[in-house]
Amino acid sequence: MKPHTNTAFDHDLQELQTAVLRMGGLVEAAISKATKAFVTRDQDLAHTVVTGDKQIDALETEINSAVVRMLALRQPAASDLHQVVSVMKVAGDLERLGDYAKNLGKRVPVLNQSDLVEGAGAAVKGLSTLVQSMLKDVLDAYVRNDLELAKAVLDKDREVDQMTNAMFRELLTHMMEDPRSITVCMHLLFIAKNFERMGDHVTEIGEQIIFVETGEQPAPRQKGESTSMITDPPGADA
Amino acid sequence: MNTMTEAAPVRPIEPTSYHVKEGNQGIALKIKDFKLWYGQSQALHGIDMEIQKGQVTALIGPSGCGKSTLLRSLNRMNDLIDELKIDGRIDVGDFDMYGPGVDVIALRKRMGMVFQKPNPFAMSIYDNVVYPLRVDGVTKKSILDEVCERSLRSAAIWDEVKDRLNESALGMSGGQQQRLCIARGIASDPEVLLMDEPCSALDPIATAKIEELISQLRGQYTIVIVTHNMQQAARVSDNTGFMYLGRLIEYGATDTIFTKPHKEQTHDYVTGRFG
Repeated sequence: MKPHTNTAFDHDLQELQTAVLRMGGLVEAAISKATKAFVTRDQDLAHTVVTGDKQIDALETEINSAVVRMLALRQPAASDLHQVVSVMKVAGDLERLGDYAKNLGKRVPVLNQSDLVEGAGAAVKGLSTLVQSMLKDVLDAYVRNDLELAKAVLDKDREVDQMTNAMFRELLTHMMEDPRSITVCMHLLFIAKNFERMGDHVTEIGEQIIFVETGEQPAPRQKGESTSMITDPPGADA
Repeated sequence: MNTMTEAAPVRPIEPTSYHVKEGNQGIALKIKDFKLWYGQSQALHGIDMEIQKGQVTALIGPSGCGKSTLLRSLNRMNDLIDELKIDGRIDVGDFDMYGPGVDVIALRKRMGMVFQKPNPFAMSIYDNVVYPLRVDGVTKKSILDEVCERSLRSAAIWDEVKDRLNESALGMSGGQQQRLCIARGIASDPEVLLMDEPCSALDPIATAKIEELISQLRGQYTIVIVTHNMQQAARVSDNTGFMYLGRLIEYGATDTIFTKPHKEQTHDYVTGRFG
């Protein structure tokens, strides 16, 4: 695309993009660290994720102010407008992702007080790895304006939903078998649900990329997450 | 091809009766393959455009793109220029305004015009507004009074001037003068209101008042506005035409032009990448 006649506009847009990517990098690190803290039961590491979220929040505020300033001063139109508006939404999604990582970090000390349910560590790690790879792809797609990659990320969200559903059922069974595991299982349920929401936010970033490139909002997604419909597991009455 | 130097027989066109409007649906002006030359230099290259009745149509484009020339062609103001040559046609309603024997004065009564710089006449506010009627031979005071009040009200300036109608219009502020000119423009109850950068000489508050006025007049009049202020075009118009080098590059709904233009040149212009 041609540069703007007023080159300061290009510079401002570039700075916005850089800030979004910096935020993305922080969020990637937060999810990775929180997962590691959960798996290795490392409370100190978990604490750094909780305190580090402030930096992500501050970046979001900074980005939003820059967007408002740009709307007021430059009155962007057409693809510039799509881009500037999408930056605000992407920053909002990244901030939420950071919050979920922080929430995972907060649960680590609580979970450390009891034994984990068998298989839960691997399940959470699997969910986290998938979400992290989606986030990496979506940030790459954002930098490169790569529509195909963004669409691929959208498709992957179903996998996250399916993994969440599976984990939900499994935890339900655990709780029925051993009511003493309810506290731990409840925390694990929230963690699973949070990863499922993280998948949604990553997907929304992918949708913003499609919006910037095409000027059109993608069609509504089919949700694969169905924990709200899950009933007692078979044989629970026995 | 018509040349303006030819003397054409006069065919009178009845101006519409005062303040009587037909339906506000359909096409007010139909421009078909319209070309215009100033001497040897061609200013407009085959413009095709349909201007919707009762809507606001904005013409945008860089200086010299032909937007003012096109606007002035809509009430044959360019006729006054020597060595002007035109081709193609512009239909207002169902007659060709460049056809033989058109009464240009009657045509211009149907096409009110507001210019960049407010140009009130050196006479009272009242006399300014009713000037078109007096030229038309209307002398009855009750009609003049009624049209004066209605026009000033329509132009959203009645409350500001109702107590000083007999004072000189030259004592008004720039913004008021421009609204007075709009009142004068609509006093003869035209079908179309042509505005050539009506706000470029005004401060932001006066500009906002004119924009508000344009919104109020939408529906009653077909408005064509030429503006350099793209945000203004985006705010006030229903349809926007982007012109460049005498051609209409893209014409469509204003929303589309400013958010999702189809042509690259339009995109470059509205995003400030032109030049």
